[in-house]
Amino acid sequence: MSEFLEFRAVAKRFGTIQAVNDVSLEIRKGEFFSLLGPSGCGKTTMLRLAAGFEEPDAGRVFLDDRDITDLPPNKRKVNTIFQSYALFPHLSVRDNIAFGLSIAKRPRREIDDAVDRMLRLIQMTDQAAKKPDLLSGGQKQRVAVARALINKPEVLLLDEPLAALDLKLRQKMLIELDLIHDEVGITFLYVTHDQAEAMSLSDRIAVMDRGRIEQVGTPAEIYESPRTSFVAAFIGDTNFLEGRVTDCPDREYCRLAIDGLPEIVCFNDKQIQPGHAIFMSIRPEKVHISRERPEAKPLRNLLPAVVEDVIYLGSTTKYWVRAEGYRFQVLAQHSRYYLDEKPLRWKDAAWIWWHADDGFMLDHFRKGDENLLAVPPQKVGEPLDGLNGKNEK
Amino acid sequence: MKSNPHNRANGAASGVGNVNVASADGGDRARRESGRRQALREWLVSLPTLLWLFLFMALPTLLVFAIAFRPANPYGGIGPGWTLETVRGLWHSDYLLVAWRTLWISLLTTGLCLLFAVPSGYFIARVPGKWRNRLLMLVIVPFWTSFLVRVFAWKSLLHPDGPVKRVLESVGLAGPQTTLLYHPGAVVLVMVYTFLPFTILPIYAAAEKFDFRLVEAARDLGARPLTAFRKVFLPGIRRGLMTAVLVVFIPALGSYIVPDLVGGPAGEMLGNKIAQRVFVDRNLPHAAALSALLVLAVMAPLIAILALQRKKSKPDIIIGEAP
Repeated sequence: MSEFLEFRAVAKRFGTIQAVNDVSLEIRKGEFFSLLGPSGCGKTTMLRLAAGFEEPDAGRVFLDDRDITDLPPNKRKVNTIFQSYALFPHLSVRDNIAFGLSIAKRPRREIDDAVDRMLRLIQMTDQAAKKPDLLSGGQKQRVAVARALINKPEVLLLDEPLAALDLKLRQKMLIELDLIHDEVGITFLYVTHDQAEAMSLSDRIAVMDRGRIEQVGTPAEIYESPRTSFVAAFIGDTNFLEGRVTDCPDREYCRLAIDGLPEIVCFNDKQIQPGHAIFMSIRPEKVHISRERPEAKPLRNLLPAVVEDVIYLGSTTKYWVRAEGYRFQVLAQHSRYYLDEKPLRWKDAAWIWWHADDGFMLDHFRKGDENLLAVPPQKVGEPLDGLNGKNEK
Repeated sequence: MKSNPHNRANGAASGVGNVNVASADGGDRARRESGRRQALREWLVSLPTLLWLFLFMALPTLLVFAIAFRPANPYGGIGPGWTLETVRGLWHSDYLLVAWRTLWISLLTTGLCLLFAVPSGYFIARVPGKWRNRLLMLVIVPFWTSFLVRVFAWKSLLHPDGPVKRVLESVGLAGPQTTLLYHPGAVVLVMVYTFLPFTILPIYAAAEKFDFRLVEAARDLGARPLTAFRKVFLPGIRRGLMTAVLVVFIPALGSYIVPDLVGGPAGEMLGNKIAQRVFVDRNLPHAAALSALLVLAVMAPLIAILALQRKKSKPDIIIGEAP
């Protein structure tokens, strides 16, 4: 599989805002590719550049090795599913779906057959005569999918198609979109700010922020080894530690000096040399917690800690603990005997530890990204906030 | 003619009532009761308007219809008894010619107004907010000057010694014999000028509410810009277009001042004929018959359009009406 839809050094500015800043991206044929990022990160602009609604200020867009940068939207073999669905209110479901083919002046018979097929695919044959206003959100979404797919696009562009739906329906449509992708086998470019959507649907994800691509990779790559603090904090939760590489005894691991903590061992896949200032990140579910001190092992980072907050989540429990100067977020699995096991409570002393392989050093850290985390970490010595106080009782 | 907006308002009000009734589960008596009370309230609220319209619109119109069947007396009043003589007299070839001219001038005026107003409305709806208000202001500016003054201005512009003629002559588009004034063309020109703001405003109002992402969707599905405009934008502003047609075509049929001032004998319309019967011939029944003919001619397309609108909006009355 080679690149199919390709952005080459694309830039787009709206007034004073650089929406897309020198982005190069290759999307493979048949792939379910997601652009993931917060609102205003430029992901929708990327999609509109692919659809032809915007012209880039610089750079080119290629589809199947053809330069499509200057083609108007109607000449591109791509179709869009809009966030608002943009169904034509004056046309019935049937006529909405038939729109593309009737514009292309296909024979009546062919249009009817194709529309019937699409109506069966989205299971709305009995709703064909209705106007869009009478449809539910999920039904509108299906009509929008059918209206786009009937044109057999080479790439289907989806602009936050599930954002307007409620949670249950969203989960259902998620599965439907996945099935449709498997069935039609065309390339999907999916724009979303919802990391769960992107993770569950995509073959690959590009995480965007401030008009740039932070990282491209499979969902597992993105989650397990984020390269920047933004990716680490935007996708899932994490703990950031700031320090310096002191020495690298072998090619795989190095030791870090982090203010106020005992020596930390960390996997060093980036061949960072001693003396470099670094930021490392450790996911909450990779950190273990217990009341008893576990045995010390060579690649185990072990810290004494005090529990500051406990959030019971059903299948897991989230702890906020203070170890030396740092506040750690820990996500622990527990058995159904949770209550019998004398669970950790507020102010309890505990031990936390993680394996050196589970921490990772970031290529790039930007101050402020820690604000993306569920609860921003506190400085040492700050008075406990009201939330913690309430837990005391 | 005045009844038109009021009737529409009533239609919309009872439409709102229907929403409540329709959304009630069938058989729920309390709700049906409240629906009935609401209908009663609507009647009460519209009563003053209805009364006004009956006294000053319906009743006089019926009087005009009645006078058409009375004989004239030599003193310019109405004679005793009833007669069909006047109504028969309408089948005069002169009237047919004037009626035909009235029709085509009105149709052409409506068509030209739409031709200019649709792009203007589209454009005004698309420019950024602060410019939008300035452009709307420009549309309304002509109303600051009296209508009569503006028509007289056109008269001097189109005068044989006027600036328009001179410019046209200097570029060779007009000879010394070309008439600009006192010509049906002059009537159409000035009527389009007069009615254009009334067309732009409803079309702008509809375009402003139009979801332009639909045009993007159409382009995305393979439509060229003009196709998207025709297949998605025009149906989207359907109501605005219908309003614009009503607001131009109906007053145009009854126009009097414009053809009187710039039309001359060659540009006469039914309105001028009615005035002549009243003020020159002093034959009130004849004038009444002509007026009745005009009223019927106006009502026919009006009823047709209203029926069409009602039929079209029926399926989406429950949800589609609410913005």
